[in-house]
Amino acid sequence: MRNTFEEQLRLLNQELLEMGALIEHAIQSASEALIRQDVEAANNAITFDREVDQKEREIESLCLKLLLQQQPVARDLRLISAALKMITDMERIGDQASDISGIVIYLAGKPYIKPLEHLPQMAEAAIRMVSGSIDAFINKDLVLARDIIDMDDIIDDLFDTIKSELIDLIRKDPDNGEQAIDLLMIAKYFERIGDHAQNIAEWAEFSITGIHKGSEL
Amino acid sequence: MSKFDITNLDLFYGQLQALKNVELQIPERQITAFIGPSGCGKSTLLRSLNRMNDLVEGCVITGKVLLDGQDIYASNMDTTVLRKRVGMVFQKPNPFPMTVYDNVAYGPRTHGVRGKAKLDDIVEQSLRDAAIWDELKDRLRKDALGLSGGQQQRLCIARALAVEPEVVLMDEPTSALDPISTSRIEDLCVTLREKYTIIIVTHNMQQAARISDNTAFFLLGEIIEYGNTEKLFSIPRDKRTEDYITGRFG
Amino acid sequence: MKYQKISAILLRLAVYLASIITVGALLFVVGYILVQGVPHLSFKLFEWKYTTENLSLLPALLNTILMTGLSLLIAVPLGVFAAIYLVEYAKRGSKLVRVIRMNAETLAGIPSIVYGLFGMLFFVTALKLGFSMLSGALTISIMILPVILRTSEEALMSVPDSFREGSFGLGAGRLRTVFRVVLPDAIPGILAGVILGVGRAVGETAALLYTAGTSSDTVSGITDSARTLSVHMYALSQEGLYVDQTYATAVVLLIIVVGINALSAMVAKRVTRRKI
Repeated sequence: MRNTFEEQLRLLNQELLEMGALIEHAIQSASEALIRQDVEAANNAITFDREVDQKEREIESLCLKLLLQQQPVARDLRLISAALKMITDMERIGDQASDISGIVIYLAGKPYIKPLEHLPQMAEAAIRMVSGSIDAFINKDLVLARDIIDMDDIIDDLFDTIKSELIDLIRKDPDNGEQAIDLLMIAKYFERIGDHAQNIAEWAEFSITGIHKGSEL
Repeated sequence: MSKFDITNLDLFYGQLQALKNVELQIPERQITAFIGPSGCGKSTLLRSLNRMNDLVEGCVITGKVLLDGQDIYASNMDTTVLRKRVGMVFQKPNPFPMTVYDNVAYGPRTHGVRGKAKLDDIVEQSLRDAAIWDELKDRLRKDALGLSGGQQQRLCIARALAVEPEVVLMDEPTSALDPISTSRIEDLCVTLREKYTIIIVTHNMQQAARISDNTAFFLLGEIIEYGNTEKLFSIPRDKRTEDYITGRFG
Repeated sequence: MKYQKISAILLRLAVYLASIITVGALLFVVGYILVQGVPHLSFKLFEWKYTTENLSLLPALLNTILMTGLSLLIAVPLGVFAAIYLVEYAKRGSKLVRVIRMNAETLAGIPSIVYGLFGMLFFVTALKLGFSMLSGALTISIMILPVILRTSEEALMSVPDSFREGSFGLGAGRLRTVFRVVLPDAIPGILAGVILGVGRAVGETAALLYTAGTSSDTVSGITDSARTLSVHMYALSQEGLYVDQTYATAVVLLIIVVGINALSAMVAKRVTRRKI
């Protein structure tokens, strides 16, 4: 039965895993670059992002080929359409890692106005969400997908904490302002990564159950 | 209210039980598709709806089939009247070996319509409804067997429409046709849906997905799943439905 | 290798020889009759009256036409309606159908002389119809009935069931379905059977000798005795005095038979074209 199709679906999963690994590396590198003020790691993150863009196009064309050749229905249709939506989020995550790296390169050489505390936590949470959401999709793990969706609140809370800390720092010394805004941007990017990971988890949930954000299509 | 209300229907061909405890409500003026593997009973159920199974020897039916609340298997039901209300289009185009005109006029004449003007009107209207008038208006006196397969099938649809049925049963109406004729007939079904209740048996799942409002999935004489077509094809409730429509059946 | 080659050549020779003999025999018979008969064909042979001086074959020719027509008039409706019953009404594959079919096949195999004897005993003697056109036609009818029944049955069965389904699906009853859809489609096939029957009727002698007699005049009614062309030929050759006229008659008979065959081939061709 449909051996070619099964083979193509395996290939799709494989490609998604590879793309997931790439964006994880990208965030990881960006986060290391941020913590250690490491320009080389930052450049690595930017390189990973280019590979992510390349991967997105490959997966996109594979999905279109599957739609054309196999006319999938039911779980196959959900899987392929979810994959198509997911890779957009994944590509955005890559972009954000790259954007973070850009700011890190700009900040390199200047001491931070305060030891980083919550940003590394955000980075860690973002990485966990991204890898978790992709695992949930590949392994059709509904429990994990729902955990990831809930995890977004943690990142949102961290963002609020960082924001008020930075406001305090600017209030104490307006000269902190410039770097504070850059750090806020980084925090915002991590927060966005969390949102995209949440989206991916939601598509994973759709692929498994056919329900997207609480309603059937 | 449903057009057809089928309750607890069992059908036997001799020893063989072809339908098991079928429960189905078929809504009016919608397209309902029957899908399932060969020998699953979908055609059998279709043929029970205008009592074409009466012609099969050893066929025993129990249960109820209500058409607008009226039991079609009641002893006072006249099959002539029933089949006028519930028309049928078959798998292989089967125009009679006579002219295009006589083919379409056959049904009305059977039901006592006389007079050339009246028949002319019916023939034209039916051919128009079947979207084949423009192709055939100059060939009304030609032998229907000379038409192409797709034209023959649309002629058969026109012939079925000529008796002004309420329901049109279609038994794999496009399985013998090329893709262009197939899409013509699919378009036609969607237009006809405004006036008629259409029930279509099809092997082509994409076809069911394209044109039908509701789909019933049959397996071994039972209805496994019945519901909104879009839903059935995106989120089937039953594992067996999913396996069948995704091609992983067996 | 060599052995195979030789056997292939031998086989090929055998095949050629067989076909040459077959065609040759046919050509010889036809040619012989034509050579012997054509010179003696004359308008005198087609004069109205048969006398001992002029052995006109016209009365026999007319009798043949009448005899055939009368037989068909009896046998065709019977055969066709029986076939309709068997195919359209009786349960398919039922015992009755099988018995009737077997009987028809058996009847078709009985030698015509037996029909003749039966006709003489039953129609001529028991029913007191005498040696007459009617007795002859009734006998011929019984003879050709199985042929017409079987071919009509085949013709009806070859009408696709999809036509019947289509008609029933429109609410038509069985009677309307049979007469408006099935029968019109089967008519060419039935016609082929009728032509076969005509062929048998025209060529029949034995059965008619015993039932229609050998009166050489054109009949004035169906109770008159009458001889058909075949019987006429038989009678002439019996006497041994009119060999020339016998051959001339044979030529006419030959033309009729060839004509009927051509007609049936044409009809058969039309039937097959329709089915495609």
